[in-house]
Amino acid sequence: MAGLMAGFGCYTHAIVRGIPTSLAKESLRTCQAEVDLSKAQREHDAYVHILRTTLGLEVVELPAEETLPDCVFVEDAAVVCGDTALITRPGAESRRRETEAMKGALKDLNLNIVEMTDENATLDGGDVLFTGREFFVGLSKRTNQRGAEILADAFKDYAVSTVPVMEKLHLKSLCSMGGPGLIVIGSSEPAQKTLKIMQQMSDHRYDKLTVPDDLAANCIYMNLPDKGQVLLHCTAEEYPESVKVFDKLNDYKLFPVSNSEKVKVDGALTCCSVLINKKSGN
Amino acid sequence: MTTESGADSEAKQQQQQQEESVAAPKENPKAAEPASPQNQLEQLPAAVGHSTPARKEQILCHQDTPEEDQESRQSSTSRLSRSPLKGMKKVKIMQCKVTLLDGSDYTLTVEKRVKGQVLFDKVCDHLNLLEKDYFGITYRDVEQQKNWLDPTKDLKKQIRTGPWNFAFNVKFYPPDPSQLTEDITRYYLCLQLRDDVVSGRLPCSFATHTVLGSYTVQSELGDYDPEELGSDYISELRFAPNQTKELEEKVMELHKTYKGMTPAEAEMHFLENAKKLSMYGVDLHHAKLVGRLYQGLARAPGEDSEGVEIMLGVCASGLLIYRDRLRINRFAWPKILKISYKRNNFYIKIRPGEFEQFESTIGFKLPNHRAAKRLWKVCVEHHTFFRLVSPEAPPKKFLTLGSKFRYSGRTQAQTRRASSQIIRPAPFFERSASKRYNMSQSLDGAPITENHETLMRDSDSAANARGDIITTVTTEKKAEEEKAEREDARADTTADAGTPTAVRQEAKTDSEQTDFAFDGDITATEDTEPPAEMVKHQTNISELKRSFLETDASVPGLTEWERRLSSSPARSPRSDEPPMIEPLEEEQQDEEDEKPAGDETKAEPKVTEAAEYLLKCTADSSLADGAPPQGISPSATMDDDVFAAEEKTPDSHDQLSEKSVDRLSPGSVREEVSQAITDKRGMLIILKEAEVEAEGKDDVGKLLLSKMEALVEEASPVKGSPKKAMASWVSEVARAEESEVFRVLTEEMPKTFEQSKPDVAQITLSEAAPLAVSTLGWISPSVTPEKASADVEQKKLLATEMEAAPEDHTRADAVCAKEMPVVHTETKTITYESAENDMNGDTDHGVLLSAQTITSETTSTTTTTHITKTVKGGISETRIEKRIVITGDSEIDHDEALAQAIKEAKEQHPDMSVTKVVVHKETEITPEEGED
Repeated sequence: MAGLMAGFGCYTHAIVRGIPTSLAKESLRTCQAEVDLSKAQREHDAYVHILRTTLGLEVVELPAEETLPDCVFVEDAAVVCGDTALITRPGAESRRRETEAMKGALKDLNLNIVEMTDENATLDGGDVLFTGREFFVGLSKRTNQRGAEILADAFKDYAVSTVPVMEKLHLKSLCSMGGPGLIVIGSSEPAQKTLKIMQQMSDHRYDKLTVPDDLAANCIYMNLPDKGQVLLHCTAEEYPESVKVFDKLNDYKLFPVSNSEKVKVDGALTCCSVLINKKSGN
Repeated sequence: MTTESGADSEAKQQQQQQEESVAAPKENPKAAEPASPQNQLEQLPAAVGHSTPARKEQILCHQDTPEEDQESRQSSTSRLSRSPLKGMKKVKIMQCKVTLLDGSDYTLTVEKRVKGQVLFDKVCDHLNLLEKDYFGITYRDVEQQKNWLDPTKDLKKQIRTGPWNFAFNVKFYPPDPSQLTEDITRYYLCLQLRDDVVSGRLPCSFATHTVLGSYTVQSELGDYDPEELGSDYISELRFAPNQTKELEEKVMELHKTYKGMTPAEAEMHFLENAKKLSMYGVDLHHAKLVGRLYQGLARAPGEDSEGVEIMLGVCASGLLIYRDRLRINRFAWPKILKISYKRNNFYIKIRPGEFEQFESTIGFKLPNHRAAKRLWKVCVEHHTFFRLVSPEAPPKKFLTLGSKFRYSGRTQAQTRRASSQIIRPAPFFERSASKRYNMSQSLDGAPITENHETLMRDSDSAANARGDIITTVTTEKKAEEEKAEREDARADTTADAGTPTAVRQEAKTDSEQTDFAFDGDITATEDTEPPAEMVKHQTNISELKRSFLETDASVPGLTEWERRLSSSPARSPRSDEPPMIEPLEEEQQDEEDEKPAGDETKAEPKVTEAAEYLLKCTADSSLADGAPPQGISPSATMDDDVFAAEEKTPDSHDQLSEKSVDRLSPGSVREEVSQAITDKRGMLIILKEAEVEAEGKDDVGKLLLSKMEALVEEASPVKGSPKKAMASWVSEVARAEESEVFRVLTEEMPKTFEQSKPDVAQITLSEAAPLAVSTLGWISPSVTPEKASADVEQKKLLATEMEAAPEDHTRADAVCAKEMPVVHTETKTITYESAENDMNGDTDHGVLLSAQTITSETTSTTTTTHITKTVKGGISETRIEKRIVITGDSEIDHDEALAQAIKEAKEQHPDMSVTKVVVHKETEITPEEGED
């Protein structure tokens, strides 16, 4: 039986990309901080290891590109939903070329590729929250109305609502999906306000899981055949209070993933992979 | 233009006939249903010549030829002589072409003067459809815009010109089609959705096109069978606006996997997928933002939010605001306190959020007035259908400063209940939709280009558009309440709750669940500008009401409104929150936002007893100077703590300039309405003044007084002339003959006074200002009652009856039964409606010159002032009726109140007399049927 919009969190593939050494100095960041490149590398390796080995996803690892210091954050380069992949037009000029490799990888996976060619449009994947039933697109420094419109065109089945992003870089800097119908949200005022807006805009009802730290609200949910509900989230070293909240999720297999270095350049957990379900649709 | 009256209508009818005569031969005569023997096709002779034998049979049954009929309608004398023979009245038959959901045309005939319901029922019968409340009939107006046929209104008033072509469509898309009872209903819903998809109104992805297409194929063609179907069978069907070979191949691939699936199953799967689409059941309307009211809109730099093009989408859950395909805001029905429109503008008033004190009003500019009204109506209907347990009673404003329009069909809750009673075996029906998918036109005749794609037009909005979209919107009190209610749960959760369920609980606790918060009074009103004094009063009243509501909040018992709400789906009763408190500032600023009738009643904290008084005064020219009312219900004495009254005489020439007090012509009618409202008490005073020109021949100047219970008997024989057989309590009229037709002129001069005794806090007076212009006026300003009178001038129609319509009987009976809740007793609109019908009709009934209703309401009273002017047999009459419904929980000396009201009325209108006082008391309110 063909069914649409089923299986939220089901993934078979992941696309990741290596960390260029240029990340330490040249990558974009909202606040100045020293990046320990080797530590960042170790963390990233651990991240990929969990995806590939622990969770059994087929991981496509794109090589790092030195001229693209932010290229490890593949999420911004594409939005994949079902068998359609929207190649974005990242808001930061320096990141535009990141999409090239991404497009190739997605093509290789036989996804329907939609490209954002409009020069007035910008969209970072980090501003796109897909809840399983609809999209929320953060209007941020990196994402504009036109970009959101193109996303809406690409995924016609779903409602696409725009949400202003306050303070943070991306919409997903303060929230993410923690399960079907469960939004993990930071407890800051902008985060709470954002959630209110999302609920206001939605025909669907969401539960929310509030964590004390906004950045900890960025986690990765998966529903895998032999693993059940999986959540990759921050570590207790980084956000001890938030981890206590995650620890209450009994039905989940919890995987704390360290992200202390990439976060310095505004990289969150979701930023480092594009998850794909090749069995979706039929 | 919804109304057609007077000379205008005469001309139109002819024009229409000509058009019909042209159109008739094209239509398929075979499909014409045999009409009742009395019927007669309304066609010009030429057209008759073309008619089929079947039609001739119909015609044979008639003595009159169409030509004669023409004459009779043009000549008032012939009409005069004929009019008493009501039973012999000729009925004109119209041929209707209804495009069905499978694309086929169904041709049928209906009497010309029937209501839309008749046509709808016939089509549903033809379709063997029982769960018909989800469906409706559309027609295209002169602008080729799709309109829903109002089942309660005459067909001919809705189809003004052009052929009687309709389309049968889904009107309310059930959010969960699996809850439909019958497969046949789902089948028709599928057909509609297929058209929605193919036309582009329901956008979907490639994957969805394949899935929906595959189920379509399975339901229509059955199992995949290459031998029987051939290899190219699939390209005959349409699945998408731009169908590709690739799509067809994918559809076929899926189709192969469905072996054994029944058509009904396939349709169920189709619907399960279609219902998830974001635009499922969303009715889109073009609009522009009205400036500052929508400051929060995300917009490009340098772009003023004023005039930003958006789309308003009406759906089951509320109102969606789109800009270029992006949802930029959403107002669930519970968030919306009121919807209204004025001229080209459409307004929604939003419930204040938890941190806000006042409601905010958001305005949208529609392309034109008709579009604004269309949107408003669709909103009223959707809200009622999906949110209410039972339809709201239409506002009983006789003076009709506002639209009386309400959704009168069954609500979803009602139709579900009803369809659960369906016991027939599943009907056999043939699935034959494929034909139409080759057509390039969508079902309702709209070209395919008119789809979502084009509506959601791309724009070049520049980078970094952002905004605080929600600033005008705030959370509901509900959210807070829920917080409180679930405090424990949350405490647990935050403290220690180790289970995910507890976490969920927490999430639910502080999430804002707007969807099932209870609705405010969503009020659908047309607007008018209330007189300044009235506004002032509203201010006072609003304040008073506020305090009243607050103090009484703890009193047990549910209001009628709360009862409804509490029985509405997924809502628990909350008697502690007054659903409607209006900030007065807003009332003053935006006069257009007036409350409709019924609101206040609903907002009453308690209704344990309701009393209703009806007082009617009549004055003839002959009796000009207020013959004292005789026989007024005796025992009335006044013990009102508060008494407030006002006079109004609406100006029907220009309803917006209510201040005009001029009486222009000798024939002008002066109407004065005295309104007495007392707390917890009510009265209806009807003042009548018949206009008499030169030689007034007053054959009637009766004063009648009777209890409501006696109304039915009272009906006809009492009257001065046998012709005047009005069947309801409104029937008492003074008549006088006049040589010339008078000009309709009314004035509005609100004059209020209050006498308040210290011990009563609530002064209740017309908080709701008159609702805007009557339907007639709004829709076609050029066809206003004046025209009607002009027409009367020409035709000198003599009316035999003021048909107060059988409904009135029903209502009266119902009232007598003392079972109806207050809200339901206020149903006098019926009278107006029938009068309105008469106005445009080619009937022999009285010609209504004007009818207006002003309704005002407070927490405990509802006052309806209804002024109608009719011409019957050269006699013009003006009736002013005032109905006051008082509700309260304590014993009230109604008699005293009534006496006082009568006294006041007499004082205010020395030249009029009270002809009738009706007192109706209810001590019990029948609770609404609970929701399942």
